[in-house]
Amino acid sequence: MGVSPGAKRTARHMSEGYLTTKFENALGWAREFSLFHYPFVTACCGMEYMSTACAHFDLDRFGAGLTRFSPRQADLLLVVGTITMKLAPVLKTVYDQMAEPKWVVAFGTCTVSGGIYDNYAVVQGIDSVIPVDVYIPGCPPRPETVLDGFLKLQEKIRRQKQEWRWGRKD
Amino acid sequence: MGPERLIEEFEKGFSGETVEASRDGKDFILVIRPEALLRVMGSLKEDPFFYRLLLDLTCVDFRRDASSFEMVYHLFSLETGRRIRVKVRLPADAPSIDSVAGLWRNANWLEREVYDMFGIVFIGHPDLKRILMYDGFEGFPLRKDYPLRRRQPKADKGNAI
Amino acid sequence: MTLESRSEQNSMLLNLGPSHPAMHGTVRIMVELEGERILNSEVEIGYLHRGFEKTCENRTYFTLLPYTDRLNYVSPLINNTGYALAMEKLLGIEAPERAQYIRILMCELSRISDHLTSVAAMGMDCGAFTVFLYMMKAREYLWDVIEFTTGARMTASYIRIGGVRADLHPDYRSALEKAVRETRKVLKDVHGLLDGNKIFLDRTKGLGALTKEEAVSYGWTGPCLRSTGVCYDVRKSRPYLVYDRIDFDVPLGANGDNYDRYMVRMMEIDQSLRIVEQAAAALSPRAPFAARNLRPIDPSEAIRLSRHQRAVGPVRLSPNLEGSEKEVYGEIQTADRRWTLPPKEDTYTTMEGLISHFLFFMPGRGIRPPKGEVYFSVEGGNGELGYYIVSDGTDRPYRLHLRAPCFHIVSALERLIEGRFVADVIPTFGSLNMIGGELDR
Repeated sequence: MGVSPGAKRTARHMSEGYLTTKFENALGWAREFSLFHYPFVTACCGMEYMSTACAHFDLDRFGAGLTRFSPRQADLLLVVGTITMKLAPVLKTVYDQMAEPKWVVAFGTCTVSGGIYDNYAVVQGIDSVIPVDVYIPGCPPRPETVLDGFLKLQEKIRRQKQEWRWGRKD
Repeated sequence: MGPERLIEEFEKGFSGETVEASRDGKDFILVIRPEALLRVMGSLKEDPFFYRLLLDLTCVDFRRDASSFEMVYHLFSLETGRRIRVKVRLPADAPSIDSVAGLWRNANWLEREVYDMFGIVFIGHPDLKRILMYDGFEGFPLRKDYPLRRRQPKADKGNAI
Repeated sequence: MTLESRSEQNSMLLNLGPSHPAMHGTVRIMVELEGERILNSEVEIGYLHRGFEKTCENRTYFTLLPYTDRLNYVSPLINNTGYALAMEKLLGIEAPERAQYIRILMCELSRISDHLTSVAAMGMDCGAFTVFLYMMKAREYLWDVIEFTTGARMTASYIRIGGVRADLHPDYRSALEKAVRETRKVLKDVHGLLDGNKIFLDRTKGLGALTKEEAVSYGWTGPCLRSTGVCYDVRKSRPYLVYDRIDFDVPLGANGDNYDRYMVRMMEIDQSLRIVEQAAAALSPRAPFAARNLRPIDPSEAIRLSRHQRAVGPVRLSPNLEGSEKEVYGEIQTADRRWTLPPKEDTYTTMEGLISHFLFFMPGRGIRPPKGEVYFSVEGGNGELGYYIVSDGTDRPYRLHLRAPCFHIVSALERLIEGRFVADVIPTFGSLNMIGGELDR
């Protein structure tokens, strides 16, 4: 019987110290509620992205409303719509240009798995090109589904190990 | 000009080149020989037909049944509101045909698309290269012998996708 | 010959896109600059080529309908209608009158949402973010109306060959009235914000202009062609559905520049609202099923009873199937059973209905049109949207080609931006309403 993740987390927290744990919690809180997203919009899901970002289903309520059109300034790569083989290198370049910490959300079934397009031109899921944190299925997903995906991403950011001690060897 | 007169004009004007002329409701269908394409298209654009708008230009792969590619041109006349479909049959091996990019400017991109998808070479085209598929793609996807799901690994600076 | 190989020594090459906020997704424009002036440019498309035409050769006529939704994805119901009408021409059938009016209603709602999105994106690219937010708000109300009836906000796949999938929702009128009212309010607001706005005028008036002859030579159709002054609208030139019974005007521009394209689209929204009101007035309201004082039988009960005798009395269908009950089925789908599904009550309770349903979907059976070809076009949001279908007698199309209006429109982009500043590319491209799904298929 192995060690449960909860036990591992507790052990790590105990070994790290109270102040660093609280600092990491604060960092997680700050990061999850101020996501600057880069909307890599290609296709039909872009219409639902527009609806989610606008007044009716406001994305700004969750702190994720600020759209940054430069990968250097963004920390969330929102891949919206079908990625074709022609576009995949561009996606990889944009992902590489983003600075850490960065997260990727696959918006729509075409990014999750290729969607209804199983042919010579479409990448069958962007996770063969870049690592993905949250998958939002739907063709296109309703704005409520997108907001649910954002909440899951925020939870993930809150729980993950916050990288801030770059340069240290642990 | 009434429909019967128009068919007469076609057969009179393009008698050597027309293989077949027929009607489809208000529209016409003309099958011509490849050598006559530029002459027929040039005449169709002018008086008395005035098919000045090239609606569409595409190709169908009939190699299995008729061992040929069939080029299909749809023209439209704004003055009369009539459409015409001009079809040209090309041989299955090394298909090539004259380019109409000099007559209609959108033929430039349309012919690039047909080249990309079917491999038809357009003689006289200013810049015949792929338009929809990426550079380095091999094959012509819309041909019937290209499988739908064939994936060509695309190398990008050493990272295979 | 690429732009690099034909560019001069001292010029700068700048790459716009394909991932760029103003490229609406997926177009790459490489420009050769001298300072800020564009000497040459090269437009590269194909970044959203999803293999629509090849995929359709591997699907049956019925199951390829969702793929048509995703072509011009801002006006999906117009694509559905174009495909259904092309197939109906091939099969020689016609949808019932109520279905025609419903199709017109849905098409015009889609057209309004297409023009709203286009003007909103163009406004946002020029910096008018308020216009974007207002128009998206109006679009939400329109999508509510579509969602009431079809179940989906955007890619509805609602139109069928022979009719529509279901009748309108009994309560759609109040949603429709609200949508029309809100859209009119938004139109008035946007006219006030943009029409006389010096910044917007500087960026759009006189720029991106094309003469009538050039526009025809490039194969332009739709609002872009009408902005140059050529009056060609498929709804007037070759009326389909029941457009000949509906009264509407076709707005024309004069100069063919960005401003005229914007103005033509705004006026077309107004005309489409007129059509929507007339279509809704022509459709008599349908009483909701629950309001009729009948006691419907549960489907499993009906199946059990039908083993002994033909079922009498209405069968209660799943809420997803509301609107396609047997009483209204004749009004929304053609009676020719070779090309349509039988009503669900028949599928559940009669042997013939069950067999027809299965045969409709079995591979090799179902819709098998006679050998032949057809070209049919409808007025899409961008212009003449044509379907060229070649049938070889089997259940799958031999060739299905889409005449995409914005392919021809974008092919003129290099000509439009030549000699202009880099900043002029953005409103020019925005005014063309490039939709990637339609451009690249």
